[in-house]
Amino acid sequence: MDTLNITNGDIILEFSYLLSALFFVVGLKLLSSPDSARRGNLWAAAGMLLAMIATMILHRDSNGGTIQAGNLIIILVAIAFGGVIGAVIARKIKMTAMPQLVSFFNATGGAASALVALIEFSNPDNQSALVTLLGLVIGSIAFSGSMIAYGKLNGNIKDIFSKLMTYINLLILLGLVIMVVVLLTSDMPLESKQLLVYVLLAVSLIYGVSFVMPIGGADMPVVISLLNSFTGIAAAMAGFIYHNQAMILGGIFVGAAGMILTILMCKAMNRSLINVVIGAFGGGGAAVDREKGTVKEVSATDAAVMLNYSSKVVIVPGYGLAVAQAQHICSEMAQLLEDNGVEVKYAIHPVAGRMPGHMNVLLAEADVPYDKLVEMDEINPEMPKTDVAVVIGANDVVNPAALDDPSSPIYGMPIIKVHEAKNVIVMKRGMGKGYAAIENYLFYADNTRMFFGSAKDSLQKLVNEIKAL
Amino acid sequence: MESVLQFFYANKEAIFIIALTIFLGLEVISNVPSVLHTPLMSGANAISGVIIIGGIILVGHADLQNLVEGSNLLNLILGIFALLFGTLNVIGGFVVTDRMLEMFKKKKK
Repeated sequence: MDTLNITNGDIILEFSYLLSALFFVVGLKLLSSPDSARRGNLWAAAGMLLAMIATMILHRDSNGGTIQAGNLIIILVAIAFGGVIGAVIARKIKMTAMPQLVSFFNATGGAASALVALIEFSNPDNQSALVTLLGLVIGSIAFSGSMIAYGKLNGNIKDIFSKLMTYINLLILLGLVIMVVVLLTSDMPLESKQLLVYVLLAVSLIYGVSFVMPIGGADMPVVISLLNSFTGIAAAMAGFIYHNQAMILGGIFVGAAGMILTILMCKAMNRSLINVVIGAFGGGGAAVDREKGTVKEVSATDAAVMLNYSSKVVIVPGYGLAVAQAQHICSEMAQLLEDNGVEVKYAIHPVAGRMPGHMNVLLAEADVPYDKLVEMDEINPEMPKTDVAVVIGANDVVNPAALDDPSSPIYGMPIIKVHEAKNVIVMKRGMGKGYAAIENYLFYADNTRMFFGSAKDSLQKLVNEIKAL
Repeated sequence: MESVLQFFYANKEAIFIIALTIFLGLEVISNVPSVLHTPLMSGANAISGVIIIGGIILVGHADLQNLVEGSNLLNLILGIFALLFGTLNVIGGFVVTDRMLEMFKKKKK
């Protein structure tokens, strides 16, 4: 476009891109505070819409040609089709399945970046082979990695871990680097290069799979955030191909934001990113053999009495509550107790559910008031004064081994200290281990009573008993 | 490597912008309450669908008259898929983020 005369359209287009980029920044800034978050999302969406419309109307190719009516129809049909599917999935999906949905959408973004790069590599006008290849590699990894993360969160794919995987991954990574260097430097004919690009695509896809495969399911939110960052970077690489500022800025901005979000999430679990990516998590029991107490069960009636005649109850919800769709009945129980003069609070671990903040969303859906949700650091000092802590479908986030057992894989992770409460009621389906597959000594403690059954049934029984009191 | 240096020089403005954008990204996101991590990730994910612009450019300038020539048809089809995937990412991402945030709003009295 440099050699052509600059038209008013070009100026308006670039100006629109600048505005879009600013909208992205303002949008994400607003998104980072609860009061303005929703507005922020709309700002970012408006920025995207502006960039899309401006591109459709004003973009010119290197010969100065604008987008023709026929092409525009294809574009609009494709966008309408993808938009309707995306909106319907996003509206219909259950709130509990939110994390895997985000992962799925991230996968589609990665795929789009990889496809754009793949097409552009064979375009003779394209001068920037380096960014094209990087876009292809990063986009493909983001795609296949996100799909594996999706499968894991959805329960379709089990964790496979062996130390060997770390070395295999390093080897594949080395292979990727070598292929990129060869493609950039050698003067082999275009046909062989294109063949090699397909090999590069395939190996990148394989790397995405083998990179995410050994990472434990509990760490998936961190991985999704990381892959989200990758998708942003891949989009920015494609932006270089087209010298498109909106793509470069938007992509890099999301890349950086995603990276810091990943690190924040790691901090919430007291782990380093390296530890998440390489370290073993899950599998095997704790190495230290401890004196196991006996498991003491409690009946619905006794539990109801215990709760009803307490002055302070803290509910610790976990993913079990979410999968059982028990948040509504849980909220009903809390309301009943409050009507009877019991102080009820919810203790929210930063990684309760499958993603940070996931539990807040689920409880909000069940009309639990915002001020009842207390974060871990605030609730822990109140624990010794708590009469009953009710753990519903949570396990690892209340495992005291994280505090005192250095051999435990979750050692160092901050937990909600329910074991300091005067009494603990644990609602669980059975004695199975949690997501991190580690033994939990809380269940054997003297002040712990187990209430077996699905969270929904158990809570329903409790509600009936409390009403009957 | 020469091509890398050339790339740097040819894109020096963009690289300056990138360096600053990275800091901007870090600055905007730090100090976010963990409650908002999921919606924020989802919102950022929707923005990364900006690759859709690339899809629009690709399909927009595809040569519809000479589809049989070379890999034009293949490229058009791949481009349409890129556009489809990109739209899924963008629309789905923004809608699902809005749905999550809707919940937060309801709580406020």
